[in-house]
Amino acid sequence: MSSSSIEHATPVAGLVLPTGASFRAFGTELAAVAAWSTAAALTLFWPDKPDSDFSYTAALGTGFGIVAAAIAVALFLRFRVPALQRIGGLAPWLLALALLAAVWEVVTAKLGLLPMPFFPPPQSILEVVIDDWARLGDSVLASLRLLAGGYLIGAAVGFVAGVAIGWSRAIGYWIHPILRFIGPLPATAWLPLAFFIFPSSLSASTFLIALATGFPVTVLTWSGVAGVNSAYYDIARTLGASQRFLVFKVAIPAALPHVFVGLFMGLGNSFAVLVVAEMLGVKSGLGWYLQWAQGWAAYANMYAALLIMALACSGLITLLFRLRDRLLSWQKGLVRW
Amino acid sequence: MVGALAVGEAPQLPPPSRASGATLDIRDVSHHFELDGRPLPVLEHISLHAKAGEFVALLGPSGCGKSTLLRLVAGLEQPRFGQLFMDGTAIEAPDPSRVVVFQDPTLFPWRTVWRNAALGLEAQGRLRSHRERVDDALRLVGLGEFAAALPHQLSGGMAQRAALARALVNDPRLLILDEPLGKLDSLTRIAMQAELVALWQRAGFTALLVTHDVEEALFLADRVIVLSERPARIKAEIVNDRPYPRHRGDSHLAELRREVFSHLGIDAKW
Repeated sequence: MSSSSIEHATPVAGLVLPTGASFRAFGTELAAVAAWSTAAALTLFWPDKPDSDFSYTAALGTGFGIVAAAIAVALFLRFRVPALQRIGGLAPWLLALALLAAVWEVVTAKLGLLPMPFFPPPQSILEVVIDDWARLGDSVLASLRLLAGGYLIGAAVGFVAGVAIGWSRAIGYWIHPILRFIGPLPATAWLPLAFFIFPSSLSASTFLIALATGFPVTVLTWSGVAGVNSAYYDIARTLGASQRFLVFKVAIPAALPHVFVGLFMGLGNSFAVLVVAEMLGVKSGLGWYLQWAQGWAAYANMYAALLIMALACSGLITLLFRLRDRLLSWQKGLVRW
Repeated sequence: MVGALAVGEAPQLPPPSRASGATLDIRDVSHHFELDGRPLPVLEHISLHAKAGEFVALLGPSGCGKSTLLRLVAGLEQPRFGQLFMDGTAIEAPDPSRVVVFQDPTLFPWRTVWRNAALGLEAQGRLRSHRERVDDALRLVGLGEFAAALPHQLSGGMAQRAALARALVNDPRLLILDEPLGKLDSLTRIAMQAELVALWQRAGFTALLVTHDVEEALFLADRVIVLSERPARIKAEIVNDRPYPRHRGDSHLAELRREVFSHLGIDAKW
């Protein structure tokens, strides 16, 4: 493996031989492959602790092996497939994750050092994902539906309210005090009341998520619109701009960086409210799944749900970053997520 | 004069045509700001008449109220006393026939150079039928190849050229220049002064320039109005009838410069 990879790095293949630094990086990549292979071997050939009945130990070991093989193939192909170039930068993380997986496997499944059932081994989580995927998938979809409804309503209302307050003194006069009074209240404080007032727990939760999203979006949109350089308006007015043009073509684009800060804060808030609402009222979603798993002391299910929740939340934040990068590509020096 | 922006038509400078310029009448205008509840006088009894196609420079110490006068002319603010007229019509609101070029180019950072230049036409809903005017204006100021660039990619001089193009696209009858070259380095500044004269001669608009640079005022303007310190009053009016294009070493300009300096209270023996 190592010799063939290095051959690809020779000038014969039209590439420069790796220097000392890249040799070290290359070492890390090989170490990652070795570590995943070791984790696979440990899982497969070290018998589980006595009196245990993990049915997915072999599957987990095979999974680790597949990861090792995938990294190796990526290393082999990366000089031909540009998309795989990033593997070099990821190598330290791949190595660390392999070590973490191996240590976790050993202290739980093999040695039984950590108390069960609070610290399940990786194969138990794999088991949950494989055996309970239908219920988990339903929960993810239910959560996403609820979140999307609440977030989109909250973001839209917050954006419109923010522009209105920033633009019109009369509207600001009425909305601003309400915002200051009610805005800082955590949306979850409305929970008991909301479940009572709204006809269904779904509509109540949608309202709470919209509330949690709407406040930061409103405040930041408002401050963005209020902070627009007045020279932009002067320029546009002398060029014959109408009020409508000033709002839509000057104020809103200029305020957009602020709006996105509000959208990010709102998204974070909405996650928190979503989980709480699902735990306390809604009979579906990942929050409900967590609650249900706790009732059965099914800790592996909780870890699996947490893992999936982390992936989903992180994915949504990434999506919002992508949208921002696209819309605000004119800015220089954007933070990368 | 509508086609005046097209460079190709006029390789040599045509004789100045003043048909498209507007007349400007400033009639006994006084203005003050409110500062801590007390009036802060800025302009006192300013009267000024600019003929169609004339290039008038307002010269005065910084902070004297020159820029305020320009904001009144642009229609961005209303004077407390007195009236302003363009072609005999009272100035009550901004209008694209009077375009301001500010000291800061203030391009919209989210728009490309082309879309910045197109701003006026877009605001007036005329962009679709006049797209070629944007191209022409950008070519005229030498930014033809930078149409797709974003403002943060431009140098100071290029940004100010883009701002000039944004103004010229509207075919203004009165171009209001608020120290447009004030923040540029001296080489760019000298080059752009010459370009400004050429543009003005070609397009025939009336120009009102605010500056605190005596050389610049004398190089560009038919008439230099010297303002006092705040509150600004008209202190002197110097007619500069040297033909265009002018030369910086012109001894007559040196003479006028001494005169201007003496009005400003600066003893220019050197």
